[in-house]
Amino acid sequence: MAGYFNELFSGTKSLAIGLRITIKEFVKPVVTLQYPHESLVMTPRYRGHIELVGDPETGEPKCIACGMCQKACPSGCITVKGEKREGVKGKVLTVYQLDFTKCSLCGQCVESCRPAAIDFSHDYNLASTRKEDFIFDLVKRLKDKS
Amino acid sequence: MNEIIRLVIYLVAIIAFAALNAAYLVWVERKGAGHIQRRIGPKEVGPYGLLQPLADGAKLMSKQVLIPKGVDVPLFMLAPILAMVPAIMSFVTIPFSETLVARDINIGLLMIFAFASVNIMALLLGGWASRNKYAVISATRAVSQNVSYEIPMLITVITIVMITGSMNLNEIVMQQTNILKWHIWPWTGNFLGPVTFLVFFTCCLAETNRAPFDLGEAESELIAGFHTEYAGMGFGMFFMGEYANIVISCSLITILFLGGWQCPFGLFPGIHWFLIKLYALCWTFVWIRWTYPRTTLWGLLNLSWKYLIPISLVNLILTAGLLKVM
Amino acid sequence: MTLLAESQLHETFELNLGPQHPATHGVLRVKLTMDGEYIVKAEPVLGYIHRMHEKMGENRTWAQFMANVGRMDYLSAMSFNHGYVALVERAMGIEVPERAEYLRVITVELNRIQSHLLWWGAFVLDLGGFSPLLYAFDDREQILDLLETVTGSRLTYSYFRFGGLYNDIDENFVDGTRAFLKRLRSRIPMYHDLVTYNIILMKRLIDVGPISAEMCRKYGATGPVLRGSGVDFDIRKNEPYSVYPEFDFDVPVYHECDCMARYMVRMDEMEQSMRIIEQALDKLPDGPVKAKKVPKLIKPPVGDYYHAVEAARGTFSIRVVSNKTNKPYRMKLRSPTFSNLSLFEEASEGMLLADALALMGSLDLVIPEIDR
Repeated sequence: MAGYFNELFSGTKSLAIGLRITIKEFVKPVVTLQYPHESLVMTPRYRGHIELVGDPETGEPKCIACGMCQKACPSGCITVKGEKREGVKGKVLTVYQLDFTKCSLCGQCVESCRPAAIDFSHDYNLASTRKEDFIFDLVKRLKDKS
Repeated sequence: MNEIIRLVIYLVAIIAFAALNAAYLVWVERKGAGHIQRRIGPKEVGPYGLLQPLADGAKLMSKQVLIPKGVDVPLFMLAPILAMVPAIMSFVTIPFSETLVARDINIGLLMIFAFASVNIMALLLGGWASRNKYAVISATRAVSQNVSYEIPMLITVITIVMITGSMNLNEIVMQQTNILKWHIWPWTGNFLGPVTFLVFFTCCLAETNRAPFDLGEAESELIAGFHTEYAGMGFGMFFMGEYANIVISCSLITILFLGGWQCPFGLFPGIHWFLIKLYALCWTFVWIRWTYPRTTLWGLLNLSWKYLIPISLVNLILTAGLLKVM
Repeated sequence: MTLLAESQLHETFELNLGPQHPATHGVLRVKLTMDGEYIVKAEPVLGYIHRMHEKMGENRTWAQFMANVGRMDYLSAMSFNHGYVALVERAMGIEVPERAEYLRVITVELNRIQSHLLWWGAFVLDLGGFSPLLYAFDDREQILDLLETVTGSRLTYSYFRFGGLYNDIDENFVDGTRAFLKRLRSRIPMYHDLVTYNIILMKRLIDVGPISAEMCRKYGATGPVLRGSGVDFDIRKNEPYSVYPEFDFDVPVYHECDCMARYMVRMDEMEQSMRIIEQALDKLPDGPVKAKKVPKLIKPPVGDYYHAVEAARGTFSIRVVSNKTNKPYRMKLRSPTFSNLSLFEEASEGMLLADALALMGSLDLVIPEIDR
């Protein structure tokens, strides 16, 4: 009998405490960000898709077309092609294609690059209706940026 | 002639009131839920999302009313109507102010409960006619829930009727002239005053199938409820019926316990007090929904049969004794 | 169940708790045979999200497989990363610098808190309470932001490398973590008041879904499921690895074996993780975060290697067979939730459907981890 009333009172009290908590939360300000009216700034180490890093003086990509990133990638999304040109030491980069539909942002490519020629970008606003938009031509993107 | 014009105006006004409430209580619910969860509710459609209910209404009306193959067509089409019409008809006896009542019937209270019982039939018909085993299970659960919670509700109402001596809703309000005379307090004759109020409030939550007693509808485990097979406006009518029921229950609580259209200080009685009290109670319904998890069917039935019914019966006996003494 | 009067006609019907369902978090199909409201037989059907991680393990180099490990259980990705990296370090004999070990422990424990917060919100959502999910996600956002400033990703971090970490923390991490811990400490009493002591929830969880210690042993259940049945077993204490022996923390064990016990184990584990993080932040040494002599091409000696860690859901262990090439010969991944789910069939016999769903929620299932 005592248990019956005990449960009744403690139960009702727990319900009242719950109501008090939600009404206190009701009057606090909202914590959501109203995207797309406002948007966030990404942190410096944010991992977006990779971009070629240009040489500060010449604007040419630092990439030496060694193919280490292509070998390191687990998903096979990087295609690097280079050619030997007359009078230039080493290979010159001609094609650098990133298939972002397969990339898992693991960072193996960035870590394996010796001249530090690729780095993560801060792009996150990527949305499109066609798959072809996500096959990035990084050489062209570097040229367009400069 | 005068009488006919008056009736037509009241008819239009009541239907408009019920429809507006159904639409804008949804807005209150979504905004309330949003702010309780530290987010903004609807905000894109119209300022502060005020036109969202109109958008929802347009969406529901534009959908095709599907009638699945093999259902019992007359019952299938009857169930939403049975869900909505009694709720709107119960508005006829509710006194919004001293003179604003469509029909001041002497047994107004009894009439409202009679119509509430028809609502149960609508649930069962909706589930049965859908010819969907999950809808039938859910409908039978909803029926057992509604029937169990009608009993303490009626016993509590009998207690109030014993105190006031009449079933006429306007008279019940007239006896509660200021805050000290509200039927919620024990000294007006109601022995377990506020406890009776809580019992009646809980029964209203269960009768309208609102959380935490919403097994019939909200993702009830895997069964989607008695209105699974309804699309478009069929679902819309169940929905409107539910919100009309909420408004009826809240108005009944204010009339029976909180003084209806009377002012707490006896100054300027009128419809504005009724509406303030009504919407405060509707807000409490919304507040409760977003705070508590759902009970199981067994917890719900236990609550009614083992707690609410004994308490209301004890209250009835003690009130009768108190009235004999007073 | 046997105390009820048996009806003459025992008609059972088949119900499919289908692959698409709000209460099973992921694509899990459970074939239920029901007698009215009671479950007669429940058979989980798996494989809807089988992605062949073990097969991929045979076709990827040791470094390339890092991306796969985090995607098995994405809510506890740091612990899974830790297990894999520690395994290769054990195989190759690489020694990890102190600072890297401490940072590993801090990030793993933050990940554990985040996983338990999400479990809590989703569990209460299954039971019908909609608001605690968003409160938990508010706190979880803080953790994800902290980890994003350090690693660059929010959910599937490929942060650990063989011999250390990918990069060091930045200057705001320590202060940010301390501020977060203070905030979470003030929020957890609110969570208990709102949910744990609520009479409706207590009625739904107490004495529901009993799982005895014997049943756990039979099916190999680990983690909070095992600790909620009274068995004191935690890989961090029983088979210590990394720098866990240097921290002073308790392992919460409850003996009631019902859903409430498993719930309380996870809530207490969050508190203990906070203790570990505080001690680690106090003791954080300076130094490098990458070991010096890590070979570029990882080729562990021929043999059979094993490592186990305590993920958020139980014991995650990897057993690998190497034949001194740059790819593993065979990679066996043991997911904790697979063993936890296998006891559902026996535990849910004769239960009501609503109670069975509460039981499933308390087991903390992440289906991609089961199907790998």
